[in-house]
Amino acid sequence: MKLAVQVNEGPYQHQATDSAYHFTKAALEKGHEVFRVFFYHDGVNNGTRLTTPPQDDRNIVNRWVELGEKYDLDLVLCVAAAQRRGLVDDGEAERNGKDATNIAPKFRISGLGQLIEAAIQSDRLVVFGD
Amino acid sequence: MADLHTVNKSPFEKSSLETAIKCSLAGSSILLIEDGVYGAMKGAAAEGMVKGAMGDRKVYALKSDLMARAIKDDRVIDGIEIIDYAGFVDLVEANDKVQAWL
Amino acid sequence: MSEIKKFMYLNRRAPYGTIYAWESLEVILIGAAFDQEVSLMCMDDGVFQLVKGSDTSESDMKNFMPTFRTLGDYGVRHMYVDKASLEARGLTQDDLIEVAWEDYETEEEVDNIVEVVDRDQVAKLMAESEVVFS
Repeated sequence: MKLAVQVNEGPYQHQATDSAYHFTKAALEKGHEVFRVFFYHDGVNNGTRLTTPPQDDRNIVNRWVELGEKYDLDLVLCVAAAQRRGLVDDGEAERNGKDATNIAPKFRISGLGQLIEAAIQSDRLVVFGD
Repeated sequence: MADLHTVNKSPFEKSSLETAIKCSLAGSSILLIEDGVYGAMKGAAAEGMVKGAMGDRKVYALKSDLMARAIKDDRVIDGIEIIDYAGFVDLVEANDKVQAWL
Repeated sequence: MSEIKKFMYLNRRAPYGTIYAWESLEVILIGAAFDQEVSLMCMDDGVFQLVKGSDTSESDMKNFMPTFRTLGDYGVRHMYVDKASLEARGLTQDDLIEVAWEDYETEEEVDNIVEVVDRDQVAKLMAESEVVFS
């Protein structure tokens, strides 16, 4: 089964990203393909490398990065939502005159077309949100 | 044609469970996750609505979310199947598509 | 991409209180380039997104309601509104905007693609969709 996963909420604020992570991990462990994980609305906040959660709590961003690296996942932050919320990679910094970047490794910023493409190419779209 | 409907809101917070039940066809599956698992509680106001749905639909609840919310198995409405994330993945595969009721 | 799927955009939230209504609209606008079979379903507070007369002049929020009127140009063939949700909010179709649609190849025209549907039809239309964006 080829899956597309959409995450609409940021880390810690809502359980959506936790549910999405555990679902995605379970699907990969069962041998399914995850075509793309697309982060939209506040979900783009999962892509910042600057979180410092308490030591005794799960590290949501790092968890996505590790899963992404282990399975070579395509973790995409929507560019429009990212611009609104201040998630910046090198390309966005240059284009928009920002003096810093904050994107976590393995994440990339791209357009909403990536979500549409994922929905077309995959067998199932699973949405996690508020 | 059978769909999987996921519900992540408590029925006491939002009408998502009620709407999901009203908009789901016979033969479909309803999976309660996150705060949606409060809809699985015996003796709560949503029990009648959920039992009614179970007449022609399968209802599931996610184990880790039930446990986190101190809803033990004997407090879950009879007939609701408790599953884990692997079971969630199987449900997604077994149904034609997933509709998220947020 | 040769595959055409039946997409449904499910809108259940009121406009302005949260960003979901606007950002969901952005998905529809971008999605137009992909030539899928697209419908919009407004239910619960989502029916408020189509109510005419929104005036944001005193709230400094961007008024995106006019964008709904152009959805016929963005490949949306059907804009469904759940009757029960409308009635529960004291609204009728007269309170809603009208959206024209035209197929530029066949020149087929529809004056208004906003269609109020009852709950049984809502369930049927959802079941017939292949992808639902929530």
